[in-house]
Amino acid sequence: MTNYILITILLAGLVTWLSRVVPFAIIKNLTVPRWLINFLSFVPVAIMTAIFIESLLVYHAGHWPGFNLENIYASIPAIIAGVLTKSLLAVVITGVIAMAAIRLLGWG
Amino acid sequence: MNADLTFRSGLKDVIPTLFGYIGVGLAMGIVANTSHLSVLVVLLMSLIVYAGSAQFIIISMLLAGSPISAIVLSTFLINSRMILMSMSLARYFKQDSLLNNIGIGSLLTDETFALSMNKLNQTNHQLKPNWLHGANLLAYAIWALATVVGCLLGNLITDPNQFGLDFAVVGMFIGLLYLQMITDRSKPIKLQLLVVIFVAIMMYFLMRWFPGNIALLIATLLGCGFGMAVSPHD
Repeated sequence: MTNYILITILLAGLVTWLSRVVPFAIIKNLTVPRWLINFLSFVPVAIMTAIFIESLLVYHAGHWPGFNLENIYASIPAIIAGVLTKSLLAVVITGVIAMAAIRLLGWG
Repeated sequence: MNADLTFRSGLKDVIPTLFGYIGVGLAMGIVANTSHLSVLVVLLMSLIVYAGSAQFIIISMLLAGSPISAIVLSTFLINSRMILMSMSLARYFKQDSLLNNIGIGSLLTDETFALSMNKLNQTNHQLKPNWLHGANLLAYAIWALATVVGCLLGNLITDPNQFGLDFAVVGMFIGLLYLQMITDRSKPIKLQLLVVIFVAIMMYFLMRWFPGNIALLIATLLGCGFGMAVSPHD
């Protein structure tokens, strides 16, 4: 392993760790104002939506994003499984099987 | 998922999300292998950086010989959403020791954050460090293992996506988002749906100008602001 790789890993790890830990240290020693609690209470739904939608889009620099049809098709049975079962495991397994089938059939 | 907040319960609750770590971890190991990175580098990266999409970017930038400063800045930008997640999770651990807080933060991921938010709806809005340590540690171990196995198998499997495992992560977020919406009683479902639609539209527009990871951060911030603006005032 070269120093270039080692230093990169160490510094990338440091900035990631700070992003994860510093907010805990700050919030612990601070009374969080009401508006901030209200604002942060939307983080879960907003961030999960954003992560999901990101996986359905394809970024093309300088153009409108394209659609990841494979992921969009596989999402449909996964969402239906969620509504029917309310089980995380069922959603994941349905989605993976659907994706394997889509690739096998050459859709998307 | 039940209201139990023990270490063992954390191990159990995180199991459905592990498919996502395994799918992405194997893929990352295979990519690292084809980029001629050693198993040791892959293991160190998984243990020290511990971040899915950032590790893919780091590998591709290492391969391209990018300057360290550029790689570190990209990593920070991709992972800056962790700041938001840590902030919104931290208030449930204010009474716990600083060491526990640091331990939780150090191993927090998108998945265990989302899992915690789901768990809150089962436990009358309480969390305990041991529960999250259980979930975090198992996820951490599986991630490191999956990336190393991927790297070792790299020569055997050329297309890990053939089996649809790469969709496990997307499926997991579909499940976690849906469960979050139907179980979070602090907000009417109509309000949550409005935020979902708003963020989805923002993502499309923002990805005209920004890559997905940056768009994700901006869309989340806008979504939180939008949620505040349209929620009933008290």
